[in-house]
Amino acid sequence: MHTLQAVPTAQARFMRFMSRAGLAGWVGLGLLLCITLVAIFAPWIAPHDPLEQSIVNRLLPPSPEFLLGTDSYGRDVLSRIIHGARVSLVVGFLSILIAMTAGTVVGVVSGYVGGRCDQLVMAIVDVMLSFPSLLLGLMVAAVLGASLENLIIAIAITEVAPFVRLARAPTLALKEKEFVEAGRALGFSHARLMSVHILPNLVADILVMGSLWMATAIRTEASLSFIGLGVRPPTATWGGMIREGFENILDAWWLAVFPSLAVLLVVLALNLLGDALRDAVDPKYRKG
Amino acid sequence: MNRTVSSSACAAESVLDIRGMRTEFLIDGQWHAAVRDLSLTVRRNETLAIVGESGSGKSMTALSVLGLLPAKGARIGAGQVMFEGQDLARLSERQMRRIRGNRIAMVFQEPMTSLNPTMRVGEQIGESLRAHKGVSRAEARRQAVQLLLQVGIPSAQTRLDDYPHQFSGGMRQRVMIAMAIACQPTLLLADEPTTALDVTIQAQVLAVLNELKASQGMSMVFITHNLGAVALIADRVAVMYAGEIVELAPVADLYARPVHPYTEALLAAMPRVDRVNEDLRPIPGGVPSIRALPAGCAYADRCPLKIDRCETEAPRLAPLPGDVEHPVRCFVRNPEMT
Repeated sequence: MHTLQAVPTAQARFMRFMSRAGLAGWVGLGLLLCITLVAIFAPWIAPHDPLEQSIVNRLLPPSPEFLLGTDSYGRDVLSRIIHGARVSLVVGFLSILIAMTAGTVVGVVSGYVGGRCDQLVMAIVDVMLSFPSLLLGLMVAAVLGASLENLIIAIAITEVAPFVRLARAPTLALKEKEFVEAGRALGFSHARLMSVHILPNLVADILVMGSLWMATAIRTEASLSFIGLGVRPPTATWGGMIREGFENILDAWWLAVFPSLAVLLVVLALNLLGDALRDAVDPKYRKG
Repeated sequence: MNRTVSSSACAAESVLDIRGMRTEFLIDGQWHAAVRDLSLTVRRNETLAIVGESGSGKSMTALSVLGLLPAKGARIGAGQVMFEGQDLARLSERQMRRIRGNRIAMVFQEPMTSLNPTMRVGEQIGESLRAHKGVSRAEARRQAVQLLLQVGIPSAQTRLDDYPHQFSGGMRQRVMIAMAIACQPTLLLADEPTTALDVTIQAQVLAVLNELKASQGMSMVFITHNLGAVALIADRVAVMYAGEIVELAPVADLYARPVHPYTEALLAAMPRVDRVNEDLRPIPGGVPSIRALPAGCAYADRCPLKIDRCETEAPRLAPLPGDVEHPVRCFVRNPEMT
């Protein structure tokens, strides 16, 4: 009896230790930090020049010389992934930051104000959502022209609509809550009610969603770069590399697989971090 | 002329003076009155209880005073709400915001949901001080400790950094009261502040409110359907029925000598320790809908004393003969009225 009980207790204790330490969150944060550091120090870490072409080394499989193989121009895939991290992270992070901030502000205000104004905003959001995001990004990028900044803006615009939705829905419920009514009875301004009483109650969801959508942003970057509206070749970006890899997937699997793994790793890190952030922001999940 | 003189003499000692207020709601394109011809004064350092069953317009009266009616589909259709020389019914939203929480504060019924779950209790208490008085964060925190002690929360210093979900219902209601009195309002509107609490906690919260009233010299409007709580806390009682005050009297007078048949029925329906509870007499029927108010007295349908006049003519709230402190709205029990 005693020994039978001892096993789950030890396990439970271990689990509690893990969750208290927020292990998953720390792993996510660590991963993301590592990737960020790699991106920052890319020139010193990369074993080869990511732009150096070589006819002799075309489409070499992974080997001690080229750890992750080479592409159809004979460029080192590992070095290109390391350099590509810079573009992908910057584009993914900044575009989501812009989309998240703008979308949340618009969503909260729209939901709080309600009425005609809300209907108009929601109509615009519906139109934006009904467009394929690639097409919308394509239009914006085509109008603005191809550059890194414009790519960020284009991706931010394609992804602002879901954030408006995500911020508005809980605002509709929250503004009817007793504590918001109580805030009104205490004479608080609309700005204070929105920013201090409504926003913190939905920011957890927004952050989790933001970490998930950053992956989508990195994917959209890939698509736009492939069409030629993003960062122009030969600059290495993960999206561009995956697209190029698909052309040769049967002959050289490593071209598509390794950049995809890089994207996967970032997305995983972001999700782990996002979940940990939600737990940290929402006091209900906080460990007393 | 005579009337204006007496009312201004009253205003000297009254904090809140509601005159003929009518609160209306827009239903299917028509305005229907939820509160009708409501006149009452709240005197300095007095507790006025408003009692009545659900839907009698008690809460609407409080919300009307604070201008917290829904922005669309609700309005104060007539009357004045005089407070500190201003008619609150005429003030703009911006002007009202300066009064709410500052000069007049409100405590709500639901302590479990009336606190922001994402904000530390100390910050919430200090927030109205920061918003209205512009005090610093440190000063707001210092005063929050004092306020928590005042409402009887032990180890206030450490509880300041707790979140609402770490408090029990009674403790949260104390926190709500601390928030409400932070700016030392002249008037506190308490809308069924003890209804969601169990009986022993109710008594404690009532005691806290009584102490604050004495120590801060504030006036209080205490809205409830609990006649037991009224006996503990009120100086005067207004009985509301279907949006009207039907009887208004000092608390001892009301319990000893209920005049309006509705007040009488309410007291007979209240369980008491000094009486056999099999005697409880429920009041048959229900409050008429505000969309289908009778032409005569609103209580006529349920009234055992009904006479013909009650069906056709609406009675006015008039003082009993020889007792200006005790107005009653009834043709049968207060026949002297014109």
